[in-house]
Amino acid sequence: MEYIIMILSCVLVNNIILAQFLGICSFLGVSNKVSTSLGMGMAVIFVMALSTLVTSLLQKYLLVPFNLTFLQTIVFILVIATLVQMVEIILKKISPPLYQALGIFLPLISTNCAILGIAILVTQKPDFSLLDSTLYAIFTAIGYTVAIVIFAGLREQLSLVKVPKKLDGVPIALIISGILAMAFMGFANLV
Amino acid sequence: MNKLKIFTNGFIKENPALVLILGTCPALAVTTSAMNGLGMGLATTFVLVMSNAIISLLRNFIPDKVRIPAFIVIIATFVSIVDLLIQGFVPALAESLGIFIPLIVVNCIVLGRAEAFASKNTVFDSILDGLGMGLGFTLALFVMGFFRELLGNGAILGHKFIEGDGILIFVLAPGAFLVYGFTIALMNLLPKKKSKETENVKTE
Repeated sequence: MEYIIMILSCVLVNNIILAQFLGICSFLGVSNKVSTSLGMGMAVIFVMALSTLVTSLLQKYLLVPFNLTFLQTIVFILVIATLVQMVEIILKKISPPLYQALGIFLPLISTNCAILGIAILVTQKPDFSLLDSTLYAIFTAIGYTVAIVIFAGLREQLSLVKVPKKLDGVPIALIISGILAMAFMGFANLV
Repeated sequence: MNKLKIFTNGFIKENPALVLILGTCPALAVTTSAMNGLGMGLATTFVLVMSNAIISLLRNFIPDKVRIPAFIVIIATFVSIVDLLIQGFVPALAESLGIFIPLIVVNCIVLGRAEAFASKNTVFDSILDGLGMGLGFTLALFVMGFFRELLGNGAILGHKFIEGDGILIFVLAPGAFLVYGFTIALMNLLPKKKSKETENVKTE
């Protein structure tokens, strides 16, 4: 039951993009087509789960016991950047089809603030176990995927209509995100 | 390029938040009030100036192949310094900016300027560039925060001048997207005039 509430909260109520404003760059950047945004979503789920697991382990067994939490930002960003590079190399060797599907998105992800953001956020929740943290990351990443796929669908339709010149491109995309965020606010009292 | 141009480049012409569309996450998240926007902008400016200065000093010593990790370590160091300073001296601001202070490290503006400008130019120019870009970002955040606070709370810089609530949606998530979108659209109205002016200057 606890996890059902968590998944509802992560995907619908506290959606990482539409309510917490993390990962907006990739949200605006890779949302032109539904298929690419789906690939990006999958890559984010994969990397976010892995990086949150690793950073939670580091936080629990290295930073906290040795009183080094002030180094959190530096350690986390380096670990995530290295991890993404490693995943890219390993995927290339082990599973070329998966690499084909996710590969181009991986370099984009290492500077995605959503990944670092969630890694830091879960360390701020004291009662989270390692399993909780990883699940939280996965559910959040699913929320990211849901938002970006819906948004890509809207943008595909948008490319068919005439938009006032000054609003074309990023401004209209942001205004549509605003309306989408309004729709997601309807879930506010769900949990 | 003369010094003044380097400095003012980030204000309007290449405003990081409104023209280059970088640093979108903090621009949306912390602009619930003008003061928050200002605080976030100044914190980013500090990181930009310091990291630009250090990277420009070290630009001849950092091997090209490992420059990105090296830049990230330098930036992360200054972000940690800012984080601890804000927590120590302005705890209220730390509370309202929350996770977005450590996230300055993944702000594309900082790494972008390090890569595009500081790694190729002299220390003084890099500091000017960092300062200009940072202040441009601050300006954008302040303007957005100002409008969101005004419409959402009926307040200017924390001073409420109407009774009751404002248009609440503007301080909530959707308002962030809407205000950001319309601010960029407003900026799109400006450059035309600006570029004509500079063209005139050039031809003269």
